[in-house]
Amino acid sequence: MKKYVIIGNSAAAIGAVQGIRSVDGEGLITVISDEPYHTYSRPLISYWLEGKVDDEKIYYREPDFYEKNNVMTMFGTRAVKIGDGYVTLENGGKVQYDKLLVATGSKPFVPPMAGLENVKDKFTFMNWDSAKAIKEKVKENTKVLIIGAGLIGLKCAEALYRLKADITVVDLADRILPSILDVRAGEIMQKHIEDKGTKFILGASVEQFAENSAKLTNGMTVDFDIVVVAVGVRPNTELVSEAGGKVEKGIITDMTQLTTIPDVYAAGDCTVSHDCSSGTDRILALLPNAFMQGEVAGKNMAGKEAYYLNAIPMNAIGFYGLHIITAGSYDGEAFVEENAEKEQYKKLVMKDGLLKGYILMGDVARAGIYTSMIKEQIPLADVDIELLKTKPQMMMFGKARRDEKLAGKIG
Amino acid sequence: MALNYFQPLFEVIRDKDRCIKCRACERQCANEVHKYDGDLDKMVSDSHTCVDCQRCVCICPTQALKIVDNPNTFRNNSNWSQQIMTEVYKQAETGGVLLSAMGNPKEYPVYWDKILLNASQVTNPPIDPLREPMESKVFLGKKPKNVTFNEDGSVNTKTSPTLELSTPIMFSAMSYGSISRNAHESLARAATELGIYYNTGEGGLHKDFYQYGPNTIVQVASGRFGVFKDYLETGAAIEIKMGQGAKPGIGGHLPGAKILEDVSRTRMIPMGTDAISPAPHHDIYSIEDLRQLVFSLKEATEYKKPVIVKIAAVHNVAAIASGIARSGADIIAIDGYRGGTGAAPTRIRDNVGIPIELALASVDQRLRDEGIRNEVSIVVAGSIRSSSDVVKAIALGADACYIGTAVLLSLGCHLCRSCQTGKCNWGIATQRPDLVKRLNPEIGYKRLVNLVHAWDHEIKEMMGGMGINSIEALRGNRLMLRGIGLNEKELEILGIQHAGQ
Amino acid sequence: MKKVYVNEEWCLACHLCEYYCAAANSGAENMVKAFANGNKPIPRIQVEEGSGINFAVQCRHCDNPLCVKGCITGALSVKDGVISCDESRCVGCYTCVLSCPYGCIVTSENSKVIQKCDLCVKNNNGDPACVKGCPNKAIVLEER
Repeated sequence: MKKYVIIGNSAAAIGAVQGIRSVDGEGLITVISDEPYHTYSRPLISYWLEGKVDDEKIYYREPDFYEKNNVMTMFGTRAVKIGDGYVTLENGGKVQYDKLLVATGSKPFVPPMAGLENVKDKFTFMNWDSAKAIKEKVKENTKVLIIGAGLIGLKCAEALYRLKADITVVDLADRILPSILDVRAGEIMQKHIEDKGTKFILGASVEQFAENSAKLTNGMTVDFDIVVVAVGVRPNTELVSEAGGKVEKGIITDMTQLTTIPDVYAAGDCTVSHDCSSGTDRILALLPNAFMQGEVAGKNMAGKEAYYLNAIPMNAIGFYGLHIITAGSYDGEAFVEENAEKEQYKKLVMKDGLLKGYILMGDVARAGIYTSMIKEQIPLADVDIELLKTKPQMMMFGKARRDEKLAGKIG
Repeated sequence: MALNYFQPLFEVIRDKDRCIKCRACERQCANEVHKYDGDLDKMVSDSHTCVDCQRCVCICPTQALKIVDNPNTFRNNSNWSQQIMTEVYKQAETGGVLLSAMGNPKEYPVYWDKILLNASQVTNPPIDPLREPMESKVFLGKKPKNVTFNEDGSVNTKTSPTLELSTPIMFSAMSYGSISRNAHESLARAATELGIYYNTGEGGLHKDFYQYGPNTIVQVASGRFGVFKDYLETGAAIEIKMGQGAKPGIGGHLPGAKILEDVSRTRMIPMGTDAISPAPHHDIYSIEDLRQLVFSLKEATEYKKPVIVKIAAVHNVAAIASGIARSGADIIAIDGYRGGTGAAPTRIRDNVGIPIELALASVDQRLRDEGIRNEVSIVVAGSIRSSSDVVKAIALGADACYIGTAVLLSLGCHLCRSCQTGKCNWGIATQRPDLVKRLNPEIGYKRLVNLVHAWDHEIKEMMGGMGINSIEALRGNRLMLRGIGLNEKELEILGIQHAGQ
Repeated sequence: MKKVYVNEEWCLACHLCEYYCAAANSGAENMVKAFANGNKPIPRIQVEEGSGINFAVQCRHCDNPLCVKGCITGALSVKDGVISCDESRCVGCYTCVLSCPYGCIVTSENSKVIQKCDLCVKNNNGDPACVKGCPNKAIVLEER
């Protein structure tokens, strides 16, 4: 009986369990996690913070998921070393593996900031514990300073807005959500959020923290009760790098999710993926990506060949009630349509005869049809471009491709 | 026109409590009666163009619609009825011949409804068709007068070519052009599954339907549209159309608008040209001429296929039939004055011809009297509405019946009688692609199969009741019929006795 | 597994499937009630209309369901081949909308959570309302 060990307890780990069990119903699976919880959904912590999701619903899988899949769990246990067929735990214990998955995710990055040590209530926003810590400190009108106008910072801001906190977001960049939005979409979103009362101070960073205020590089001073630092994340790669595995921006794997160490696989936010829309290797810290990498890893660990292909950056996210769906890369010729009044924005990016990326804001219906065009690299020559521009629709594909996709006539 | 002399025939009644504004009625009405009004946020209708085809009523998912006769009435007048007045107004406005479609709707007597069937009691007991064999199969064509023997003394079993029908029902001639491709496909597939025949009408045969040839009767009419060697050879029988019950004495006219690419190719005429069938066959002015065409067609098909001659039921039908029987034809088809049509001048349709019941009785009697009944089979048409009409027709002397209107009803037709507009909402009498696709042959052919199966069951049930186990024993068995409410002359022509006699 | 397929040749774009679907999933006893008082229940099937071509699209119940794999809450799951959404667990993040290659995850302004076809497993024992209601047999439930 094979021994599988998974370090991590989030999407990639769950994907791996499902992947392994789709092939091997017998093998012994052990899940090791430094968090004391049953698997829960990381992206849900902002929903939990605002109270939209309670303790029962934050779980990513039903409470009996591990039991049903016959998985042994070691929660609240940190793995400190891997190699030679063993995972060494913080308490000195050792867990033997035949196949190991490193799904350690990432950790918040807190850059050095002068005087930060003076701030009593400072937080990051990465896991349930951090959300719990913030929740304890936030009441109506609590002044919150969020450093970072990216996905995590703004998701935190939205949750705190629902809790009626008084929010100021500071970012060094001159626009918000630069990782997923272009300048114009960022403006629309910024205005939308500002209209709800959240303040932005952009193009500035903290020069000096005092206990309850921050002096910014632009000369302004912001008073706060608490600070949330959300400037970025760093992958947890140490286990692999210390064991001699190749690590660049993240853990390097092949298409089967195998690292450069025999029998050691990696999946999720700690790994580097190949983005087929831009042709570059990068960390794609996305839940769907993590799950699917984990699933592929799991299958391979159990002996069934599987490959993780066609990865692209993509995000479906909403802030303060305004939805955005984006995918791919924005390098290419753009088609843009905007209805500022309705807070609608659409950008389609085309290059080399392919749809490479898109931004949909406001009206996001059927966006997945665009996503599939990017992932499947369907030539624009094969679709009705006018229909493509109008809205995502199956009509834009020719009859043969439609039959293949919808009528089950091929494959 | 500032003054409208006549009012819409129908009124659309919409139950506002039930209407959910799904707009299905709007999308399905080719006459653009229904419309969603965004300002009012409700469905509105303009009854002027409504033909009461019932498509909207049938498609409405909440049964919110009813089409009723417009209750608006002109002052009552038994002589100048509202309809007659309206027709005068129409003609005063347009100066045109009135056109109508489908069969004569006037209140003439329906003799089928004045004839009753017999049943066995005590003696010659009834037969249960579910327990005992019951034969509804018929053969159409010439039958030998006597048994003849070969030189070696064996019985001569060689006969003229015949059509074998699993039940004495065939689908009447309806051309591709007057009805849609999907309607045609429904007919062809149903005829094939049922083991009966459908009839191309005068529209030629679409290449896609050659596969149904063994169950196809190909028609040769005065326009000779689509007639060529392959066509004749593909069919199981050839029908020469001399006349049509709905419009005896006149030809046909399919407007150029309906001659689209496929119809044009099938009819072998240029796209967009009117397809005009002359009133007479220009090469037929006598029985002798007819005989030439009959034998030309037989010659062309190596005497392998029976030839049918179809005529409208007119005053001297018996004499004409006698001539046809002597022309070499194998089957005579007689079409009564209630037969349907895709378009006919209203006055012709409503005033020309005679009832099929009387025509059949007199033809059968005449051919028997002349000793040539075996020379031809008789097929009757022109409003055979049910299995009991079929049974009565056979007892009056028919070999089989053509059904047309009942076929169209099965496919969805609601007898709005607007075929001539080409906007059939049921996808039958139209060539508009968006309307044609409303008739899915997969549904259509199954409904036709159902209809004929149902009638076949009923025919056997009625035969069994009479103690008859074979159609052959019912044919011309007028003792099984009694008239009710008929006068002496009618009984005499029908060759039956009155009920109680 | 039997799935719902749409034959373009016979789709009339009458949109009745949308209404039958919406009504069936509205929980109302009949179509009139489902749409009463200005209610607009959302269909999980959508008709696309083109010049001469129409067809309805709804969940393909993929063997490799990107929506399920991408779901951040675990609200989407597969049971006996049928993909359905536990609406009590959906937070309306629309990752499934982003993922579905057919655009079959439905959103609406008046509901924060997504809706999707479950082959009427919940409301009608797997006898899909769209199939039953299609007037031209353009929508069929069959094994392919």
